[in-house]
Amino acid sequence: MFMKSKKLLTIKILIIFIFISFNLKSIAMASTFYEEQTINITKNLRCLICQGQTIHESNSDFAESMKKYIKGELENGKTDEEIFSSLVEKYGQWIVYDPGISRNTLLLWALPLLLFLIGGAIIGKRILKKI
Amino acid sequence: MSENQIFTDFKVVELIEEKQINFNKVLFGKKIYLINIWSSWCEPCKDESDKLLELKNDTSIMMIGINYKDKKKNALNFLKLYGDPFDQIFIDKQGTISINFGAYGVPETFLVNEDNKVLKKYIGPLNDEDVYEIKKITNN
Repeated sequence: MFMKSKKLLTIKILIIFIFISFNLKSIAMASTFYEEQTINITKNLRCLICQGQTIHESNSDFAESMKKYIKGELENGKTDEEIFSSLVEKYGQWIVYDPGISRNTLLLWALPLLLFLIGGAIIGKRILKKI
Repeated sequence: MSENQIFTDFKVVELIEEKQINFNKVLFGKKIYLINIWSSWCEPCKDESDKLLELKNDTSIMMIGINYKDKKKNALNFLKLYGDPFDQIFIDKQGTISINFGAYGVPETFLVNEDNKVLKKYIGPLNDEDVYEIKKITNN
């Protein structure tokens, strides 16, 4: 009788141990995932108070707060796009290294193409003149 | 936040009672809200303390302080020493609340209207001209 209850207790402890270690592993995995996501996002964010550094590279007060803010937003279920757009709303398009196409950045995106077309037209005209 | 933008809601914790509250609920009942981000370790914050105390006299403004990356004891000592211009004070231990405001550091001040729209943003300590401008806005 005593042996049976001892075995039962051992099994119970084993189950609890497996349950706890599984949960700890899940928490650690989730934390690593959010940390990796935070790094990916902060690599595309400009540190607005530093010189030529991304938020990821900088250890400034502002950058450290931003890293914590982004990790918190990810843990709250926000997507990368939602985080980028909310930061652009707060700090302006300048905060992102890779600005998306919007009314404000349309010229920025279209200018290389425009210059290419104008240059091509000028060269084409000259070639045609020579012929 | 840049001017003309509207605050989205987020949670804040009071400095004294340490109660959590939605920030939108704080912005209620006044025409103008002045949100000042400050800290006891911030030297320019000492310089602007008399300007904030002057603005406290304007009853149309609710003065809200955001205590940035500070220790409660030091924050309370600062208020004792330089005066407390705030109607409500919230803590920002990690600097993430200030990111919600679109702030860069301390001190920074936002003037917000009853529709939660940012009317003005002042980076750095407030000066006499800023106080004059704020008073002009509240008198309109």
